[in-house]
Amino acid sequence: MTLVSSDLSPTAAPIATGNALELEGVTRAFGALRAIDDVSFSVAAGERRAVIGANGAGKTTLFNVITGDFPATSGRVRFFGEDVTMVPAFDRIRMGLRRTYQSSLLFRNLTVRDNLFLAVRGVARGRFDFRRARASHPSQAATDELLERVRLQSVADRPVSSLSHGQQRQLEIGMALAGAPRLILFDEPAAGLSPAERRELVALLRALPEHMGFIIIEHDLDIALRVVERVTVMHNGRVFKHGTPQEIESDSEVAAIYMGGHRQ
Amino acid sequence: MSAAQWRKAMNFSDAGRNWSGGRPVAATPSDARSATRSAPAAQAGVSLGRLWSHIRWRHVIVLAAVLVYPWIASPFFTYQIGAQALALGLIALSLTFLAGYGGMLSLAQMTVAGIAGYIVAILGVSGTPEISLGWPWWLVVILAVAGATLAATFIGWLSVRTEGIYTIMITLAIGMAFFYLAQQNYAIFNGFQGFQKVVPPVVLGIDWRGPVPFYYLALFWALAGYFFVKYLTRAPFGIALQGVRDNARRMRALGFSPVAHRVAAYAVAGAIAGIGGVLLVWYNGLISPGSVGTSWLINILIIAVIGGLRHPVGSFIGAIVFVLLQNFAIDLIDRERFNLVIGLGFLVIVLFSPDGLLGWWDKVKEWALRRTGGRRSAGRSNEWRSVGVPQVRPVGRQ
Repeated sequence: MTLVSSDLSPTAAPIATGNALELEGVTRAFGALRAIDDVSFSVAAGERRAVIGANGAGKTTLFNVITGDFPATSGRVRFFGEDVTMVPAFDRIRMGLRRTYQSSLLFRNLTVRDNLFLAVRGVARGRFDFRRARASHPSQAATDELLERVRLQSVADRPVSSLSHGQQRQLEIGMALAGAPRLILFDEPAAGLSPAERRELVALLRALPEHMGFIIIEHDLDIALRVVERVTVMHNGRVFKHGTPQEIESDSEVAAIYMGGHRQ
Repeated sequence: MSAAQWRKAMNFSDAGRNWSGGRPVAATPSDARSATRSAPAAQAGVSLGRLWSHIRWRHVIVLAAVLVYPWIASPFFTYQIGAQALALGLIALSLTFLAGYGGMLSLAQMTVAGIAGYIVAILGVSGTPEISLGWPWWLVVILAVAGATLAATFIGWLSVRTEGIYTIMITLAIGMAFFYLAQQNYAIFNGFQGFQKVVPPVVLGIDWRGPVPFYYLALFWALAGYFFVKYLTRAPFGIALQGVRDNARRMRALGFSPVAHRVAAYAVAGAIAGIGGVLLVWYNGLISPGSVGTSWLINILIIAVIGGLRHPVGSFIGAIVFVLLQNFAIDLIDRERFNLVIGLGFLVIVLFSPDGLLGWWDKVKEWALRRTGGRRSAGRSNEWRSVGVPQVRPVGRQ
């Protein structure tokens, strides 16, 4: 199932092989604090990866460096083989990278439909279009499709500020699915969701097309370990360990630092 | 270590644990996709019908009133009040667009309008033939609006990297710089004196300087500007601009370049202000450094704010109040004190409604709704109210 009609996709996104993402000695410092320190790993195209670690381990900073919200202090970021270390955030998005935010960053004064419409138009041509998009415009159909996908049709024309927390999280995800994403970064998508909403989230993540890889930061292992193939554990800004969900779940060393990190 | 211990360690909240894991949930993105498909066949008549459905009695009444106005009003009211308010309203509209929809409070909109005015005077016909080139009016007007757009783009390019108070400061600095340039340069701007006898042309046998023709000319462009802004704010560019206003970082994460959008918004506002500037120089018949001085930079801000930045109509309401106060404050109090009345008038408006006169309109509507028991609220009021959301639309970025 494709999310948008083909003429809206920013770049023809062939099912790529090789690595979707390569990090090479990536460091991000805030003053003396190294939020992430010499992080190197790669994510294969289409791979689903979880990044776990205690609070302050540098997970969200890692996302910010990958998307270009913050530039890396040093190191290289490659996206599908292309060095994007110096590429501005919006260009990385147009290349097929997407993200959601830990605390919903939505346009609260705009309607749900407008939020999704913006996400659709952000990665399509015509960002500066002065003409209104007619009902027959492909971007409208793509917006409707996203509305259905995250099940927000019933609140489509309401401003985001009137939505429940769960609906806002849904919308965050919907915005990340616009266009033709090749790699999506989910930053704690389940935070604050009810059990039913979590089930829906898992279903949605599992239903993503196979070529759509993602990296998910999630504290809820019920979710994280059920939807990914590999797990990266971070600790104090560094990569501590990689492994399959089973390996990580049974790793006593990982558990120890995790618990330790918690008590602080 | 068991999985249960793990979860205890990993989860900060217990919320996720009541959920019985393990059971695969069927992936069902498709079961919800039945209802909302709109029939493409019916779309042909939709846009006209939609336009019709948006027309309310108040729109008809206002349109009729502004069309009939010069036939009822005296030439003084037609020209001094009506036409001037429309021209100033158009310049203020450019600020409403920038500030209300783009979150950029520029004080240089009168400078942009003044640049258009100076171009009209310098390239066209004026009372200073040593400088003015006497080019045909249509060419001059096109070049004036183009020049204003270019200048606004440059101003935007300089100032979009700043926010809030710093945008105000840098645009004020640009406005002051242009004021002093115009005042001190005699070769092009004719210094302190500026240009007199800059009048609208006689076209199609109509002297557009006459109160009634000029009123309709100003009205045409005011309506054009108003509907253009109304239309644009629902076009992809306008929606994206509001997105940039509310959260530039998020827009970047959606593939938009906030800087490019802001500069483009300055250019659009520049074209609107440029048209207003041409009208204003024709209205005054002259342009001088005083036309682009600090007081006029701020007057445009006052007009936009007392009208209300939430809606493009606010700039015209503000302009009418401003022009009325300016003309009649002198009748209420003696000659030396009339500025006091103007100042008090603005103070009262802003004090009682931070949202400008448009805010009063909302309050009156709410009061009327309460009186009628809210019976009419559901169908006619817009989406904003019907879901019970506060009406506050922040002007600045969040």
